[in-house]
Amino acid sequence: MVSSVTMRMSNQGAAEAASQGGSAADQGVGDAFSGVRPDKGVAVKASVENFSFYYGDFKALKSISMPVHEKRVTALIGPSGCGKSTLLRTFNRMHDLYPGNRYEGTIRLHPDNTNLLDPAVDPIEVRMRIGMVFQKPNPFPKSIYENVAYGLRIRGERNRSVIDDRVKEALRGAALWSEVEHRLHDPATALSGGQQQRLCIARCLATEPEVLLFDEPTSALDPIATASIEELVHELRDKVTILIVTHNMQQAARVSDYTAYMYLGELMEFGETNQIFVNPKRKETEDYITGRFG
Amino acid sequence: MKSEDIPSIRKIIRRNKRLELFFAVAGFLALLVGVLTFVALFAQMAWSGWERITPDFFTNFPSRRAGQAGILSAWVGSLLVMLVTALSAVPLGVAAGIYLEEYAPKNLFTDIIEINVTNLAGVPSIVYGLLALGVFVYTFGFGQSILSAGLTLGLLILPVVIVATREAIRSIPLHIREAAYGLGATRWQVTRDHIVPYSLPGILTGVIIGMSRAIGETAPIITIGALTFIAFLPESPIGPEFPWVNFEWLKSGFTVMPIQMFNWTSRPEEAFQQNAAAAGFILVLMTLAMNAVSIWIRYHVRKDIKW
Repeated sequence: MVSSVTMRMSNQGAAEAASQGGSAADQGVGDAFSGVRPDKGVAVKASVENFSFYYGDFKALKSISMPVHEKRVTALIGPSGCGKSTLLRTFNRMHDLYPGNRYEGTIRLHPDNTNLLDPAVDPIEVRMRIGMVFQKPNPFPKSIYENVAYGLRIRGERNRSVIDDRVKEALRGAALWSEVEHRLHDPATALSGGQQQRLCIARCLATEPEVLLFDEPTSALDPIATASIEELVHELRDKVTILIVTHNMQQAARVSDYTAYMYLGELMEFGETNQIFVNPKRKETEDYITGRFG
Repeated sequence: MKSEDIPSIRKIIRRNKRLELFFAVAGFLALLVGVLTFVALFAQMAWSGWERITPDFFTNFPSRRAGQAGILSAWVGSLLVMLVTALSAVPLGVAAGIYLEEYAPKNLFTDIIEINVTNLAGVPSIVYGLLALGVFVYTFGFGQSILSAGLTLGLLILPVVIVATREAIRSIPLHIREAAYGLGATRWQVTRDHIVPYSLPGILTGVIIGMSRAIGETAPIITIGALTFIAFLPESPIGPEFPWVNFEWLKSGFTVMPIQMFNWTSRPEEAFQQNAAAAGFILVLMTLAMNAVSIWIRYHVRKDIKW
């Protein structure tokens, strides 16, 4: 298991963190954290290898290498400006929309080994495989139904009953169906913030992505809505690989199986969540986790 | 704060509020100058033209006898010219605006185009008239027709439509675009399904502002040779047999409302002045009606578009 985690780590800290991640899990501290499951035999869904990112001349990410495990939740944590959102947005090539961004390295998606960052790979293909939920709920100013159906429509699905079924299934998957089943054709913007965010999750689920990215999905929500989103992330991890950026450490501890701690564009430590939180290998990680800084 | 300071603080507040009152009064007076001038002009036109506004006024051709003269050829002409203007300026302007905002790379070349588009809005309308006389009337051989006039005014309002389109597109938040791109939409799908529908109210406002300007334009229309006295109607755009449309009207000679007004004001007889006032009153009403339609549509489209 460890060998699959360590692949070609260039950053010494990350390599150390990853290679020791497994041993921490073996210590059996998992009971304290609801989010931890045994990871024996878990496949790697994506692997980041020597990834660097530049905004113009500014090097925002420095040679990041880390795995993303299949059907597990991986949290990216770190203080503001550490590059966690930048890394997340690379997974569906959002950076390609804006000029002046440049990146090096690879992000391999398994099992087909496609390099997501290869210029020959169309960013649209990447986005069709990898869904994203944003910081601020961003439903389209269309009906609830049309929001969820949109991903299917751009994939050329024309069959009404197929779309109906998939919309229903996606809304169920996002724990929203019972709240909206009688008003599918009302405007999505009439929903509450938490409902809007679950709608955005349903919008992604409808197209059955292989990986789901969450960019601080609860930072604009109240505590109750936040709890419902976290619960949802929990349920979804059986179906889809999840990568979540959060600057709420408790949230990372609650929902994730793996955690990557980033600081100033570097991956400081990567490992199983319980290991990172209970037994961090690096002083910097411990300082951040315990709130001594950040 | 010490309690003995309170009187002095109150004094300062009183002084600050006097300044505030001064601006409120000055601003209100400034507003009145604009509004009252328009109301006075409009009321005076309505007053002097009132008795001429009868059903006959709309159904009569111009005549040498002021009492029998009407604006039939003028309002039909204005309507048809506006139709050509809208049909030419809206697709061109909207497409150009979308291209500049969504597709064009940001470089020196597109910067120059942008500056030029903005400057075009300030070019005097007579210049467009001269250009159109050379290009549409002679080079393309469209003649002194409704087609030439409509295209000229279309050209005139093109920059307004382009600028309005770009402004409307820019007001769509980034996170809405990212949501669509994030699902794997192509640029065209994002444009067709999101950019265009969400910017429609803003685009519409720009189009109506442009059209309101165009309907009152006289100089470029005279330059390309509109007739000032015309006693026939263009052929109907709706034909008697399949395919039920007829394009003969595009080649027809024509006059428009402001030219009809101009013609009447240049007559010495008092009765023709009355006709001019009545026609002016109708022209203002036409403009206000266009604005009302745009406000109505905007309200009904915009109420469904929130972020």
